[in-house]
Amino acid sequence: MSLAVEIKNLSVILAGKKVLDDITVDLPQGHIIGLLGPSGAGKTTLIRTLVGRQRIGSGSIRILGLAAGSAALRSEIGYMTQSVSVYPDLTVHENVRYFAAMIGRTKKDADSLIKQVELSPYANQLASKLSGGQRSRVSLAVALLGNPKILMLDEPTVGVDPVLRQQLWAMFTKLARQGTTLLISSHVMDEAGRCQDLLLVRDGRLLAYDTPAGLCGRTGTKTVEESFIKLVESKS
Amino acid sequence: MSPRKTLATAARVLRQLRHDPRTIALILLVPSMLLIILKYAFQAEPRVFNGLAPMILGIFPLVIMFIVTSIATLRERTSGTLDRLMSMPISKLDFVFGYALAFSLLALAQAGFVCAVTLGFLGVTVLGGTLPVLVSAVLAALLGTSLGLFVSAFASSEFQAVQFMPALIFPQLLVCGLFVAREHMAKPLQWFADVMPLSYSVDAMKQVTSHALWSGILTRDLLVVLGFAIAALVLGSVTIRRQE
Repeated sequence: MSLAVEIKNLSVILAGKKVLDDITVDLPQGHIIGLLGPSGAGKTTLIRTLVGRQRIGSGSIRILGLAAGSAALRSEIGYMTQSVSVYPDLTVHENVRYFAAMIGRTKKDADSLIKQVELSPYANQLASKLSGGQRSRVSLAVALLGNPKILMLDEPTVGVDPVLRQQLWAMFTKLARQGTTLLISSHVMDEAGRCQDLLLVRDGRLLAYDTPAGLCGRTGTKTVEESFIKLVESKS
Repeated sequence: MSPRKTLATAARVLRQLRHDPRTIALILLVPSMLLIILKYAFQAEPRVFNGLAPMILGIFPLVIMFIVTSIATLRERTSGTLDRLMSMPISKLDFVFGYALAFSLLALAQAGFVCAVTLGFLGVTVLGGTLPVLVSAVLAALLGTSLGLFVSAFASSEFQAVQFMPALIFPQLLVCGLFVAREHMAKPLQWFADVMPLSYSVDAMKQVTSHALWSGILTRDLLVVLGFAIAALVLGSVTIRRQE
């Protein structure tokens, strides 16, 4: 199987603190990979490093065979930041259409994505007037523009109502089936079951990389949350 | 760089402003209001006002656009939208020139309005005619935009950003020739004024006021202002980093 992401001995130091510590892992294409860990574990830094916004301290990252941060990767990676990075003083339409223009997509592409994330009824509302969950869906629509081969989503389901969360995961599954690789970070362990592979991180270190079933089997536990605790205990 | 992306960025900045009519009203009306106040403050000396008003037309657009742009781009830097744009296939210059274009158009509206009020309603006369006044005012605004964009890189909060205005613009204001003729100032201040862009913006307005024909000095002044503006824009794009 071809690899989406190859990380070798990656370390990143921010303001004197080792935020990512010697991470080595290969991620396959077309999977939903959950990046799980408590807040402050280094999830956001890992994603920022993968999309090329954060400089690598030591080690290396190759994405689709190219070094992270390569200009050629900018049209291959969809990135949804943790803060809702859309313009509050623009409508949903205006936001998505602007970003579409930035990556060479049409207004039609923008409108169909607004539909996909079920925001059509709010298309003419200012982003500042939307609820938190709605706003993060605008952000998601922008990340999905241009059919990226790899989607990096930083906590996309925070504050989203359960029904919608179900729909979002259905959409993620559909995208993965079409060949998109999705790296989805979350601090909510109960979302782990929806992923094919899990990256568990804590204090900048990779605790485990496994399937949810493999992880539970290996630690003799029933849930990912329990296996996370087991892993932390066994390391300390 | 892609003209389409630059234009789309300019259109986006203007759309944001359209949703904020109060800011537009302030940008358009405040300079005129101040000039009206000045006119009646100098009621006893209309000739002094006639000399001052054009110079002020070269200063207000710069100051206002400086503040507006430094806050607008600071917001882009801190809200994550710049983060997102930099992960997309766009050039940093698309971003920077998009802003410059949008605010230049706004400046044109502002300058047009304040020139109409000053030259029409307030009866200020300039020998050079309306067009060079407009050109000078728009270039001053462009300079304010590019300086604002550049300094926003050095501010980590709105509080800091607004403080850059008195820190960087006021010294130029004091030596630009508005308060004292530049040749009467202490020598070091004259040297300082010689390398500050606002001096040239004000000097351009003086040229327009006192010369019926477009002078060589006017051309030189405007080119200096434009040069500073472009240099600040390019420096501003350097302060935007793809990687941190």
